[in-house]
Amino acid sequence: MKEDLILKVKNLSVQLGGEKILENVSFEVKEGEVLLGIFPYKGEIIWKKDIKIGYVPQRLPFIKNVPMTVEEFFKLKDVSKKETENILKKIGLSEVLKKEVGKLSSGQFQRILIGWALSKDPQVLLFDEPMTGIDIKGEESIYSLLDKLKEERNLTILLVTHDLSVVYKFSDYVICLNRYPICQGKPREILTPEGLEKLYGQEVKFYQHTHQKL
Amino acid sequence: MNQLILSLICGIFIGGTCGYLGTLMLSKRMALVAGPLGHLALPGIALALIYGFDVSLGAFPFVILGIILIWLFEARTKLPMEALVAIVFASGVAISFLFLPIEEAETALIGDITKVSLGETLITALLCILVFILVKKIYSKMLLINVSEDLAKAEKIDVKKYNLLYLFAIAILVALGVKMVGGLLTAALVAIPASTSRNLSRNLFQYNFLSIFFGALSALLGILLFKLTSLPSGPLIILTSTIFFLISLIFKK
Repeated sequence: MKEDLILKVKNLSVQLGGEKILENVSFEVKEGEVLLGIFPYKGEIIWKKDIKIGYVPQRLPFIKNVPMTVEEFFKLKDVSKKETENILKKIGLSEVLKKEVGKLSSGQFQRILIGWALSKDPQVLLFDEPMTGIDIKGEESIYSLLDKLKEERNLTILLVTHDLSVVYKFSDYVICLNRYPICQGKPREILTPEGLEKLYGQEVKFYQHTHQKL
Repeated sequence: MNQLILSLICGIFIGGTCGYLGTLMLSKRMALVAGPLGHLALPGIALALIYGFDVSLGAFPFVILGIILIWLFEARTKLPMEALVAIVFASGVAISFLFLPIEEAETALIGDITKVSLGETLITALLCILVFILVKKIYSKMLLINVSEDLAKAEKIDVKKYNLLYLFAIAILVALGVKMVGGLLTAALVAIPASTSRNLSRNLFQYNFLSIFFGALSALLGILLFKLTSLPSGPLIILTSTIFFLISLIFKK
């Protein structure tokens, strides 16, 4: 594997419950790149050796079964109180340190998950539909936070989403998947009406927002 | 040594340790798994009663077998956990009653902690301490696995290894638990104190502490009630625990 590669996927096929959900997917991810794909499911992948990954899941239904403060949640992966406080400050949630995780609003909870993934200095952040249940304002603030962090730490971000506007605005590279890889490349080049029609199997209009700074 | 004191020591150790482990089992809605394991231990208990060796010793290999069975069933079929639980439950009870002498049935089903010897008490206490240390060591990682296996894997936690240690801890405690409350009631030892504590706790520390506390206290009071009423000790322990649970509903956070 080349030095600057974080992740290499070659001819990946995934079967789930007897049904093929991915076939012949290949791609590479370089350090410091933001990649967004529309994965229906996750597959198996080969990571750079000894890489530290921060994972942000779509949701964590079982966590509500456990009475646990935010501080204790961070302690599960040995994050010190000081680092926890620093991270909470960064994600704008300093006041929730002693609050029960199950009692946070969904927006707060999602931000805590991102903060949790960011602790202990990961090189890669892996997001699975991270904005589920978050309003547009919360979404904006999270993506600008990610943008900032990416600059600060040379983070590689892998994002699984159906939200095309986010793909368009934040990604360096995009892979569109619908069982087979449909297209990959820079978002401006491939997120065209033709490309999207191939992906969704029907006409989807997505206009380029040329007034936006990209 | 006084028989009552030996019973109380056994009860407090088993009750408290089961309470601690229960907090982990509740987090994954696994509490009911202790049920079929208790039932599956019944043939082992029956053998122990017939040949006169220690009930926990008889139960242990059958509990291990039960864990392997449930693990296999879950991996090989798409049946919901409840169905597997029902199958294992019924089979365990059915097999044991093929050869369990009916006069021994009560001990097998609802346990009897009131006749333990000094040696049994020492071994029970020692095993409980070892399981407690084991559970404490794996607690953070296991909780993470229970909350989300994906999250745990991203943290490079060896999920299989921890699951195995976890199931091993469950197996030992179920084997000890059947001696105290029998094959029918063992699930309650892990499920009720943790549920009570869940109702009252705001954080993980309280959750663990109160669950251990209610587990041990229920055993203590249950055995004392046996001394007063001469009713069977197993059901008294569980019902004491249930009363704490009902009270906790009033103070539910």
